[in-house]
This record gives sequence, structure tokens and C-alpha cells, in this order.
Amino acid sequence: MGGFSLSNIFRLGLKELRSLAADKVLLGLIVWAFSGAIYEAATGSSQQLNNAPVAIVDEDNSPLSARLAGALYPPYFRRPELIGLEQVDDAMNRNLYSFVLVIPSHFQHDVSAGRRPEIQLNIDATVISQAFIGASYINNIASGEVGEFLTGRRAEEDTPIRLTARARFNPNLTGLWFGGVMEAINNVTMLTIILVGAAFIREREHGTIEHLLVMPLRPFEIMMAKIWANGLAVLIGVAFALLVMVKQVLQVPIAGSVGLFLAAAVFYLFSAASIGIFLGTLARSMPQLGLLIIITIVPLQLLSGGVTPQESMPAAIQNIMAATPTTYFVRLAQGILYRGAGLDVIWPDLLGMTAVGACFFTIALIRFRKAVTQTQV
Amino acid sequence: MDRPPVARLSGVSHRYGAVVALDAVDIALPAGCMVGLIGPDGVGKSSLLALVSGARQIQVGQVEVLGGDIGDRHFRATAQPRIAYMPQGLGKNLYPTLSVFENVDFFGRLFGQGKRERERRIDELLTSTGLLPFKDRPAAKLSGGMKQKLGLCCALIHDPDLLILDEPTTGVDPLSRRQFWELIDSIRARRPGMSVLVATAYMEEAERFDWLVAMVDGKVIGTGTPAELRERTGQPTLDGAFIQLLPEEQQRAHQELIIPPRVDSSPGYAIEADRLTQRFGDFVAVDGVSFQIDEGEIFGFLGSNGCGKTTTMKMLTGLLPPTEGTAKLFGKTVDARDLETRKQVGYMSQSFSLYGELSVAANLDLHARLFHLPDARRGPRIAELMERFGLEPYADKAAADLPLGIRQRLSLAVAVVHEPKLLILDEPTSGVDPVARDEFWALLVELSREQGVTIFISTHFMNEAERCDRISLMHAGKVLASDTPAGLCAARGEATLEAAFISYLEEATGVSGQLATVNWENEPKMKSAEGPPLPVARPAAFSLRRLLGYAYREALELRRDGIRLAFALLGSVVMMFVLGHGLSFDVEGLRFAALDRDQTPESRDYIANVAGSRYFVERPALADDADLDRRMKSGEVSLAIDIPEGYGRDLRRGRKPEVGVWVDGAMPYRGETIRGYMDGLHRDYVRQMLREATGNTPAKVLEIESRYRYNQDFKSVYAMVPAVIPLLLLLIPAILMALGVVREKELGSITNLYVTPVTRLEFLIGKQLPYIAVCMASYLLMMGEAVFVFGVPVKGSFAAMTLGALLYVTATTGLGLLMSTFTKTQIAALFGTAIVTMLPTIQFSGLTTPVEALEGAGYWIGQGYPATYFILICRGAFTKGLGFADLWQSLLALAAFIPLLTVASVALLKKQES
Repeated sequence: MGGFSLSNIFRLGLKELRSLAADKVLLGLIVWAFSGAIYEAATGSSQQLNNAPVAIVDEDNSPLSARLAGALYPPYFRRPELIGLEQVDDAMNRNLYSFVLVIPSHFQHDVSAGRRPEIQLNIDATVISQAFIGASYINNIASGEVGEFLTGRRAEEDTPIRLTARARFNPNLTGLWFGGVMEAINNVTMLTIILVGAAFIREREHGTIEHLLVMPLRPFEIMMAKIWANGLAVLIGVAFALLVMVKQVLQVPIAGSVGLFLAAAVFYLFSAASIGIFLGTLARSMPQLGLLIIITIVPLQLLSGGVTPQESMPAAIQNIMAATPTTYFVRLAQGILYRGAGLDVIWPDLLGMTAVGACFFTIALIRFRKAVTQTQV
Repeated sequence: MDRPPVARLSGVSHRYGAVVALDAVDIALPAGCMVGLIGPDGVGKSSLLALVSGARQIQVGQVEVLGGDIGDRHFRATAQPRIAYMPQGLGKNLYPTLSVFENVDFFGRLFGQGKRERERRIDELLTSTGLLPFKDRPAAKLSGGMKQKLGLCCALIHDPDLLILDEPTTGVDPLSRRQFWELIDSIRARRPGMSVLVATAYMEEAERFDWLVAMVDGKVIGTGTPAELRERTGQPTLDGAFIQLLPEEQQRAHQELIIPPRVDSSPGYAIEADRLTQRFGDFVAVDGVSFQIDEGEIFGFLGSNGCGKTTTMKMLTGLLPPTEGTAKLFGKTVDARDLETRKQVGYMSQSFSLYGELSVAANLDLHARLFHLPDARRGPRIAELMERFGLEPYADKAAADLPLGIRQRLSLAVAVVHEPKLLILDEPTSGVDPVARDEFWALLVELSREQGVTIFISTHFMNEAERCDRISLMHAGKVLASDTPAGLCAARGEATLEAAFISYLEEATGVSGQLATVNWENEPKMKSAEGPPLPVARPAAFSLRRLLGYAYREALELRRDGIRLAFALLGSVVMMFVLGHGLSFDVEGLRFAALDRDQTPESRDYIANVAGSRYFVERPALADDADLDRRMKSGEVSLAIDIPEGYGRDLRRGRKPEVGVWVDGAMPYRGETIRGYMDGLHRDYVRQMLREATGNTPAKVLEIESRYRYNQDFKSVYAMVPAVIPLLLLLIPAILMALGVVREKELGSITNLYVTPVTRLEFLIGKQLPYIAVCMASYLLMMGEAVFVFGVPVKGSFAAMTLGALLYVTATTGLGLLMSTFTKTQIAALFGTAIVTMLPTIQFSGLTTPVEALEGAGYWIGQGYPATYFILICRGAFTKGLGFADLWQSLLALAAFIPLLTVASVALLKKQES
């Protein structure tokens, strides 16, 4: 490959932006992805304990059992509902409650007599993200209430070592802080891959790519033009999502430098766009591309550390995901935005991400000419 | 005109945005004869035919067809079985991957014909068109002429009373063209009552029609028999008559094109092709083609669509490396990477390949810049071209909005912006009217004779071929003959180039032009020749046969696209494997490090206790506060334990030392879990310490027995695998289906919905059925994977879950179908479907967080989303051991989505083009 012409890349990219501006539906979808969708994702969902439905089987009907019921309240739990023992199985089968606390008869009496009565906590363990946390909350709350009932004060547990646990970077572990930013990252991935991949297939189907290849233009220039133009559109979107949606609307504090994040995003956009073109060279028609994109995006979103922590995944999956730029980007984005990490901390991820992107770019470049000639309409 | 009209248009106007296609047209078209619509491209011929066929919605005016108002939905349903419509474009309403037989068979099904009736008719039609030997060949691999014959078979399967043909012979070789018209004649001889309505750009074809309508700019400028038109204008040819009928200003300076003879001073060859061959798989597109073109020569490639002209040109431009043979431009072998040679070549591809959204000036400017014209040269060059090509009035118009003739001029202007020495033009005048074609040729002649540009042009117009210095006749990938036009005529002893070409074709194919004329004598006449056509009953409002016809066709197409089928089936199996293993909420392997400021046995013991748990993995100790800060920031450790100085001493003296713990809260779920683990570890440690010290366990106020139901080991895999199945059965079916309708819109086969009796419901459900089958297969594969690979047993009712899956995939494919009905482009459908499915499925349907725990919009989206209910069913049946008795509510909820989605799709889908 000889040299290349920056002016060609610039000109073709401008053309790309004009095409994008002409497609109003697409523009509307992009705007939605970085505004409404961010808001929806941040406020709608959280993996922390929230509004968990609880029921109590109160066979004691004592002040103490009422006190236990009164101790479970929003936002962590819904107000508990009282049900009969015979209803427990059916209610849990029907997912009405995630937790059912069974308080036996003579409970208060036994507690007062120091007999350490046993109460049973039924946990729906299919509600995987809340079961463990909810159970330990209920445990703490119940022990506290019973202790207070006995001693009349909320006793500091008599312990030889005190433990002070504090959360860093998100002291109250607010889910909202997490959801909005992760959705922005997810949408960057999805938009970039779809925009670039589909634009490439469309140009192939319409024959305009062939037209370019007959001119003194190199595939490298055509690819770079697509990347910078579509990347710019997505970059503006993500900057808006962070500065306006996340910071202003959702009021989430951003720990690190937004500038550094956006700079890193530029490299990510290059990598994701390269995947888009790569997929565009694999598929021969739009329906094939659609399936390929879904098969690619879903693991990228779910397994790159944005939904569940990567260190908990099997080593094989971690290795596969290390070959995708998204893993690095999610990690460095979390570092910058939540933990205030600087370039000194994130540079290995930045390097890894760009290297992976460059690999996809190179493969796409090699496949470019061949792909153009085997388009199937 | 004494016949009753077959169609009558009164005050019909039609516009596309700002472009007027038909302008207050009043006309009655006579029945029982061949009516021809003539006129340049873009004057409204196609719009008129589409309105008469009922394919397009009427905007203004009234269109009466076969004695009723075609704008009336009920009448249209009755009339459609009597009308056949073949849209413009080779094989536009055919299905490329289906075989010849399957295509015709599909149309038979749409008209509700039984198996035996279909077979009889198909056999008859294929025999009469000579397609019988190619019965099993996919439509995509037919030549242009054969495609049109196949289109005709499809149109005639139901014995229409009105046959509408929109430019049926454009781009077809002369032999096939002749056969086509002979075929039409023989069909008319057999069914004399049938009316035929044809649009054509070939004036010589119009000569054979009974009655002509000349159109310009959406207006009718003359009607009558060909003889009447010639007589009225006093012209010997129809071409001349048409030009005479044009309004004054359009006759312009139209003059006979005179081509000055070429002065042969050629210093060398511009193009040398030596045994060029191109194979695609086992299909030979170009077979050993050789020729030499002198510099400054106009060299023509004449042949039908699909005979290899385009492929040969692509090899010469370097777009396609030849399988065998060599191509040289100006003595240098064509090399895709050689930019210098490309600067000497201008190329115009067959389809319009400029950027439609850019203006005329912007297109020229973009290309001038891409060819690196110096700034000083660029402005004057663009101005010069605008002036010479008559583009000035259109400078600021978007290229897509230009009439075809002007657009082709723009394409040529773009191709010569860098003053190339060689022009390669692939059918540049296809679909352009005679006047504009002559103007285009005047430009070519000027380039060749005055500037010495070599021109290599392909065409299927005989009169254009006659203007070339030399031509090659191409057929089926081979050059039949190369010479000057006069030389070719002389060699075959024919008077015209067309006759000479046909004679070459007959020799090459061993087929006589007379073959198409079929002996219809021994076949019963379908309808009496006299009297009005028999009234046809209105087709049933719902027909299972039509529905299954669409289902059968869609299934065939899906089966032929092996890659898509493999992606859909294997894709879900592979994805399930990856997601089932990877999507884990078992928080383990957490990295922690300690900042031990005390360094006593007590402090080390505390740290060892944490390191010994199965949740945490110890990393090298933290050196100081700055180290703690840095390593937490980088995410290297998600838990830091800070043991103060004097911890051991304080502990021994009972001073209750404080251990500090920092938890990484960036990911709240993980932070919460770490805090929970740490809390538990700490308590156990303290309790054990007390027991060792005092010999008895400290009193607890109460015991809480935690029962983790349905998943005793509390393993993610038991909860996640049943949820990954619903996830995949939503995303993949929706995207599979999403392109279903919109692709037909882009490729043109949607016309069959518009003009056949098939209803929207039959169309939609018919398309959906094969995908439901594929998705059920994928469901069974994933079930097997869950049970045998992941070892997650089904404790409840497999039948209930399978019924749930059936309802679910019907709903999820329905969702894709809904997206497909209202989007206009494939990209928008793809993008829109991804946006409406990804977020709700992953976040709001209970995959990770139960719907009850959601808030605001998320909660309501979750409640109204099919995945929510199927996740409940799957988790219920897999882990909770539930059956129909417990799951009926969720099943019912899923079932409710199906009519909702179907009704919405039917409402959004249009039965006519608007």
C-alpha cells in the first residue's frame, strides 16, 4: 500500500455526513439512542435491591412480629403482604414474591425467654441478582429489630473488632450512576457497528463502491472516510449523552475527565467501525448482515463487563472477550468516569483496544476488494 | 374508435413529491387490442400503467378499468384476478433464487389454483415459451430474454382479460425480443378478447401495435393507430412522428446526428483484451473474450442483459480480477493498485452510481477534488462542463431528483471531469428517450473526434451500435463477431444490423426465431372469442391456499440462503453457549489487596482469613495510601483492606480496633455483593475468635434459616440458562423477520401483493410461517443444549414450555414483521429493530432484574413485553417444576401479543403503493 491522500479521506467523509443528514429516520434513531434511551435505561433498571416483593406468614401475631413486618419498607422492599402458610408455595411459584418470611407461633414469647426461635426465610433463588443481597439485608434487619426489642436500644454489636466498610466512587451504590453510562457505551457499540456495516452493504448493493474503486482512490481511503464521518456523528452523540443527559438531567457526578473519555472514545469508534466494515465484508446481503450484527453485538454488550463483572466469567470467555475492543473500552470508561482514572492508569487498555481494532481494520482492508465483487442482490 | 374502452382515465393527476408524473390525463383505452404507450422515460407511462393495474393508489381523478372503479377496494378485489401486470425492470417481480417452475407455480397458488390445474397450465406455458428445458434453473441465472418470458408465464397463469406490460423488452437481445412479440401474438390469436397494454421505448416495436398513446411530461400529446400518427404528422417513421408531436420548445435543435469519419492516426491500442475469462463458481460469465481497441476509436459492445458485457468492462477497469487471460490499458496490464492508469480512465456504471443526495454542482466538485484537479483548474473545468452538458439550470438540484436523461448527462460529465483518455461506458443510455439519447451521442462524438478520447461503450440499441466505428456482438459470455457495422451486415448478407445480429444469434444458439410460435390448435380455447368476458366471482376474502403459497415460497427462499439459515440456527446455539457460561452473577474471583500498617501476627491472621475464602483472590500487598488509591482507580483491586497501626496491640488489650474496608462501588451490584461477603467473613471471624477465647459461641438472638428455593446451590447457570433462551428467541427471530417485507419493497417483488388477490393477512402470515418453523427448530436445539451441555434439567412441563415457545416465537417474529411493514429501507428496519429489541429484552424483561423491581417506563415496558412472560415460563418450567396449571396466565399473556401484533402489521401494511 503506497501513501494515501488526507484530502480524499476528508472529501469522502464529508459526502458520508451529507448522506447521513439526508436520512431523517436514521437521524431520529441516533438522537433517541443518546437521549431518551439513556434516560430510560438509567432510571428504569437497576441491579441493586429495589422494590423487592416480600410476604410474611405471621403465625405469631405479636407486637414483635408486627415490628419485623414494619421494618421492611421502600425503597429496598415493598411493604410486605401478609399471607397464609398454605399460600407460600403457590405464591412463590407464580413469582409474586422474591422473599417470604415465616414467623412461627410463640415467636415473641420464645425470644423473650431467650430460646432463640428459628424463623424461616424463603428466597426465590432464580432472582439471581437480588437473592443474596436481599437475604443479607433481611437478616441484618431482623437481627437488629429483635435485638432492639430485647435491650430497648439499637445495640452496637458487642464485637472485639469493628468493621467500617465504605464504598468508593459511588458511596451509596446508586444504580442510576451505573445504568446511564453503560447504556451510552452500549449504544456507541451498536450504532457504530450498524451505521458503518449497513452503509457499506448499501453502497455495495447500489454499486457506488465500485464507482469509487474505479477512481484513483484506495480502499484504505474509502474505509477511513466512512470511519471518521460516522464516528464523528456517534462521538457528538456520546458527548451529548454524557454532558447533558448523564451530568445535567440524571445528575450523576462524573469523577474523571470527560475530555480524556472522549479522546479514548475516538479510538474505540475506530475499532468498532472496523468491526462494522469487517462484518460488512463477510455478509453478502443486508439480511445476512442483520443476523451477523445481532450475533456480534449481544455478546459485546452482555459479556464485556457492563452487565456482570468479567472476573466472574470462565477463563475461556474472558480470553474470547479480550479479542474484542469493547472489553477494554468498558474497563477504561469505568476507570475514567467512575474512578477518576487518568491516562497513566488507562493506557494499557487504550493500547489493547486500538490494537484489536487495528487487526479488524487490516482484515477488512484485505477483504475489501473481494467483498465488493461478490455482492449478491 | 368504436370499441368499448378497457380502461378510462378522467382527470387523473399523479405526483411524487414535487415531481408531476401525470397531469390531468383524460383518455379512454380501447379493449380487445394492443395498446401501446410511447414516449421518453419519466413521462408518466409507468405511473399510468400502475394506476390502471391497481398497484398504485390514485391521487386525483378517476380510473375505470373493466367497467368498474379501480380505486374502489371491493371492485379491485373482483377485478384483480382478471388483470395481469408485469412491472418494469427485468424480472422485477420474480424471485431470483426460485426456479422457473417454482416461480410460475407460486403465481398459480396466489390465484387459488389447485395442484393439477397449476401443473397443466405451467406445462402448457413453459412449452409455448420454450422454457421447459430450463424448468429447474433459478430465475437469477436466466438471460434477460428468458426472464421476460418467465415473467409473461407468471402473468398469464390465470388467463387475464387485461395484460399490462411495462417496457417488457428493454434490455433484451433482438432475437428474444422478436420471439417475445411472436409469443404475444400467438396468445392473442388464442384469446382474442384479451386486451394488452404495453409501454415501450422502442419505436420500431410500436409500429406493430393497434393503437398508440404518445406521452410527454405527464400529458397525452397524441393518440391513434401508427398509420394515423404518421399520416397526421407527415413523417415516414414513428420516431419522426413522435418528434413532430412534441411541443415546439422540446423539438429544440433536434437534428440528425452526423458522425464525422474517424481519421485513423492511431499510435497504439487503448485496450487490449486477450482471452479474458471470468467464472463465478461453475457459471462462466465471460468466456475467452479477445479484442483490441485503437486509441480514439468508438468501440461498441452489443448484446442482451446478462451476456457478460458488464463483467468484461469490470475486468478492464480492474474491479474484477480475471479468472484467466489478460487485459491491458495503454499497453500496461490492468492492476487494481495502479492509481496512475485509473486517472486516464473515466467509467460510467450501468446503474446510476453518483450520490443522489448531493447536488449537481456538489457531485462535480467532489469528483474533481477526488481526481485532484488543481484549485485553479477546478472552477473553470466545472463551469465548462456545466455549460457544455447543459447542466447549468440544474446546478443546485439534488442528483436524485433529475430526469433520467439529465442524470445520464451528469454521469458523463463526472466521468470526464479529469479529461481521461479512455471512457468506459456501461449502457449509458438505457432507459433514456430518443431525443436525449441523440444529445448524449453528440457529446460522445465530440469527445472522440475532437479530443481523441477512446470510447468503449455497451448498448442494446441497434441504432447506437450503428454509430460505432466497430462493434463486437456478444452472447452468453462469448464474442460472436467483431467488425464495422457495415462489415457485419455484409458478412451475413443482411440489410440491417438487427437482422445480422439475429442471424449470428441463431447460428450461435442453434435456435430458430420461429420456435416460439407454438401450435395452439390442439388445445381447447379457454374462452369464447366473442362477447364480453365472463363475469368473474370475487375471490374469497381468505384463502388458505394463497397463504400457504406465500409460506411455501418464503420457505424455499430461506432454504436457498444457507448462510442465513446457518447463522440463525448455529448462531443461537453458539450464542447460548457463550452467554450461558459468561452471563454469571456468581461473584467470584474478586481481587483484593491489603494495606497492613500493623504487620503483627493478628493483622496477618485477619488478612489470611479473607484470602482463604472462595470469593476473594489476594493481590500483592498495598504499599501506602497512594498505592491503594492508584490500584483501586485502575480497577486492579475491587476490595482494599486497611488495617491501622496498633491493631494487634489494641486487639490484645480489648480496645476494639477498627478495620477499614474500601469497596469499589463503580459497579453497584458487585459492590453490594462484596460488602455482603465481607460482612459475613468478618462476623464468622469474630465469632470464631470469641469461641477460641472463651470456649463457647456467643449468644445469637435468633436463628434465620435461609432457604434458597428452586436453586439450592445458588448457581447462576440454573437461573441464566432458562433466561438466555427467551433472549435469543427474541433477538434473532425479530431481526430475521425484520427485513422480510422491506426487502420485497426495495427489490420490487412487493408488486405481487399489490396486484394479485392475496390479502395482507395471507401475505403476512404466509411469510411468517417458515420463520416460526426455523425458530422452533432453534428452540429445540437450545433445549437440548441446556439439558445435555449445561446440565440444567427441566423439572416441570416440557409441553407447557414448548407451547409457550410456539406462542413466543410467533409473537417475536410478529414484532420483526411489524417493524418491517412501516420502515422504507432495510437499514432503517435493521436499526429500528435493534433499538426496540435490545434494551427492553436485556434490561426490562427480568433477565437480570425482576420486572417488579423496575421503575417508571422500564416497569411498564417490561409488563408489555413478550420476553417477560416467556422468561417466567422458562424459569418456571426449568427450575420450579411448574406445568400448565401454574403457567396458564403467562401463556395467555403471550398469546395475547399475537393478534395485537398481527392487527397492527395488517393496519400498517398497504395493499397499494402510495
